[in-house]
Amino acid sequence: MSAALRPDPARLDPRRLRALLAKELTQILRDPSTFLIALVLPLLLLFLFGYAVSLDTSRTRIALVLEDSGAAAQSLAQAYENSRYFDVALLRASAPAKELMVEDRSRGIVVIPQDFSRRLARGTAPVVQVITDGSQPNTAGFVAAYAKGVLGDWAAARRPALARALAGTVTARPRFWYNPGLESRNFLVPGAIAIVMTMIGTLLTALVVAREWERGTMEAMIATPMTMAEFVLSKVVPYFLLALAAMAMCTVLAVTLFGVPFRGSVLALALVSSAFLLPALGLGLFVSTVTRNQFVASQIALLASFLPTFLLSGFLYEISSMPAWIRAITFLVPARYLIPPLQTIFLVGDVWPMFWRDSAIMAGFGVGFFMLSLRATRRSLD
Amino acid sequence: MRRIAAMIVKEALAIVRDPKSRTILVIPPLVQLFVFSFATTLDVTHADVGVWARSQGAASTDLVARVAASPNFRHVLSISSPAQLRHAIDRQTVIAALVIGPGFDRDVAAHRPAEVGVVLDGRRSNAAQIVAGYLTAIAASVGTASRIGTPAAGAVVTNWFNPALSYIWFTLPSLIAIIVSVSGVAITSQSIARERELGTFDQLLVSPLRIHEILIGKTVPPMLSGLFNATLFLAIATTVFAVPFKGSLLLLYLALFIYLLALVGIGLFVSALSMTQQQAFLGSFVATVPILLLSGYSSPIENMPGFLQTLTCIDPARYFLVIVQGEFLKAMPVAAVLDQLWPLALIALATLGAAARLFRARMG
Repeated sequence: MSAALRPDPARLDPRRLRALLAKELTQILRDPSTFLIALVLPLLLLFLFGYAVSLDTSRTRIALVLEDSGAAAQSLAQAYENSRYFDVALLRASAPAKELMVEDRSRGIVVIPQDFSRRLARGTAPVVQVITDGSQPNTAGFVAAYAKGVLGDWAAARRPALARALAGTVTARPRFWYNPGLESRNFLVPGAIAIVMTMIGTLLTALVVAREWERGTMEAMIATPMTMAEFVLSKVVPYFLLALAAMAMCTVLAVTLFGVPFRGSVLALALVSSAFLLPALGLGLFVSTVTRNQFVASQIALLASFLPTFLLSGFLYEISSMPAWIRAITFLVPARYLIPPLQTIFLVGDVWPMFWRDSAIMAGFGVGFFMLSLRATRRSLD
Repeated sequence: MRRIAAMIVKEALAIVRDPKSRTILVIPPLVQLFVFSFATTLDVTHADVGVWARSQGAASTDLVARVAASPNFRHVLSISSPAQLRHAIDRQTVIAALVIGPGFDRDVAAHRPAEVGVVLDGRRSNAAQIVAGYLTAIAASVGTASRIGTPAAGAVVTNWFNPALSYIWFTLPSLIAIIVSVSGVAITSQSIARERELGTFDQLLVSPLRIHEILIGKTVPPMLSGLFNATLFLAIATTVFAVPFKGSLLLLYLALFIYLLALVGIGLFVSALSMTQQQAFLGSFVATVPILLLSGYSSPIENMPGFLQTLTCIDPARYFLVIVQGEFLKAMPVAAVLDQLWPLALIALATLGAAARLFRARMG
C-alpha cells in the first residue's frame, strides 16, 4: 500500500469520527467492568483511605514488666495503664514479654526494674527500660516517644518544682492550617482521585488499544478510510469523559459521604483534571501501540503510571526525604503536578498561579506522549 | 495425572517462550523493588521551612540558628509579613513556618513562659506532624540547659530486631508479600481471561482435560513467578541491602506456598467472572487493593476501626506479612508461625474451593 493512496493522517471527517465514537461508547457502556471502575473502585478507594489507612496511631499494645512492688513503681504502672496511647498487658517477668513481641502480639516492653522504688527513695534517678519492636520502625518510634512521655509526665507530677521549671521554658504551639483536625482522610481523597484517573486514563486506554491489535481488529480498522487522527480521537475522547465522570463521582462521594471539605472551585478541578488526563491518556496510547499485547501493556502501564502515581507523587511519601536520584525521577511523573493542586482545591481554595503552572507542565507531558505514540503508530504501519 | 502433567508443561512453556511476557515477569518487580526501597520512607528529612522572627534578641537569634542548624531541614526561608507567610504555605514553598512574636525575647529574659507559633501545611498532615515535632523539640531546647537539674527518672530505649530502626529492614521483607500479591492475582486471572478472549479456552474445555485439571494447570504460572520473584527479592534484600535473615527458609517457603495458593484462588475466582482481559485486569485490581491496604503494611491494623480489624481476619496478606517480617528479623519460632499459618491455609482452601465451584457452575 503506497502512502499516496492514503488520506492525510491528520484529516478529520465528522461523520466517520461520529461513527467511531459511537462504536467506542457502545463498547464502554456494554462492558460490565465500566461499572466496576467508574463506581466500585472510587467507592472502595475512598472507603479504604477513609478508614483503613490511618497513620494516626491509636492505642498500641505493649507489655509492662513490673519487677518492683513498691508504691512508686505501682503508681508509674498505673500511669502507663491510664495512658490513652497504650493497651497494657501487665507482667511480672520479662521472658513472656519477649515472647509476646516475637509472636507479633505486642509492639513494645516497658520494664520497671526491681530497684525502682528504692532508688527513687534514695534520691538516685531510677532507670526505666523501654524496648520497642524495631521490625515496625514507625510504630517503634511512637512507642519510644510516648513511653518516655508517660514517664516524664509522671515524674513531673511527683516533683512540682520540676514541673514549674519546665513550664518556664519555651513552648511551641503548632497550628495546622487547612486541616486543623489532622484528618488523614482529607489528604488521601485527592490520592484516590489521582488513582482512579490513572486507572481509566492510562490502564484502561492501554488495554483497549492493545486489544484491537491483539484481536486483529486493528488491521481491519486500518483498512477502512479512517485516518490516524480520527482513530486516536475516538479512543481518547470517550475515556477522557469517563475519567472525568469517575473523578466527579469521587468528589461528590468524598464531600457528601466522607465529609471532606471542598474549598476551591469546580472550574479549577476541571482544569487540573483535564490537564492530568492528557499525559495519562497519551501514555496509555503509547504503551499499547508499542506492546500490542494486553497483558504486557497492562503490566507496563501499571509500572509506568500507577506505581509512580502512588509512590512518587508526594501523595503518601514526602518527596523531599527521598534520595536525590529518585527526586530527579519524580519531576517526570505527571501525578506529581496533580496531587498538590488537588489537595489545594479540596483544603485551601483556588491558588491559580499554582494551578496554571502545574497544568501547563502536565499538558506539556501530554503533548510529548501523543507525539511519541503517533510516531510509533506510523512506523508500525509502514 | 498424565493429563495434568501435560497441562502444566503447556502452561510453563507459554510463559517461558514469549520473550515479552518473560521480561514482564522479572523487570517490573525489580524496578518496584528499588523504587519502593528508596521512596517509601515515612521519615521527614530535607524539609523546607520558613522563619518569621518579629523579635531580634538573643533568644530568638539562638532559636533561628538552631532551626537552621537542624539536619532535618534543608532551606530556611526568611519571612517578614503575613502575606508572605500565606504565600509560602499556600504554594507549598515551605511545609512549616516558625513565628516568633515581638514579646518573645522579653519573656525569655524575664523567665516567663514564652511561646512561639508554628504554622503547618495541613494538606500534608503526616509530614507536617513530624515537622511540628522537630520544631517543638528545638523550641524546648532553647534555654533549657541552664535550668533543669537531675531528672526524677530516666528512660533507656532499646530497639530489638532492628536497633537502628532502619526503614529498609521493614520495607524489603514486606515487599515480598506485596509483590507476590500483585502478580499472583493478576497473572492467574489474566492468563485464563486471555484464553477465553482468544477462544482457546473452549478448545481446552472440549479436550479430554477435566475442569479441575485445567485449573490445576492454570495455577502453575502464578506459582512459578511468585516463587521466582520472592527468591529474587530475598537474595537482593539480604545481599544488596544487607537486611538480616534470622529465621528459617523452610518455614518462609512453606508460608509463601500457602499464601500463593490463597492468591491463586482469588485470581481464579476473578477470572471465572470475567469474559475479557480488561474485566480480569480491573477485577484483580479491585481485589488486590483491599488485600494490600488491609494487610497492615501501609498502616498498622491496631489503628483501624473495630469492624475493619475484624475484616482483616480474612485478608491472607495479613498473616503472610507477619510471617515474612518475623522470619527475617525476629527468627519467629515454629509455634508462632503455625498460629499465623492455619488461618492462611483455611483462606487458601476457601478461595480455591469457591473458585472451583464457580468454574464448574459456569462452565460445567
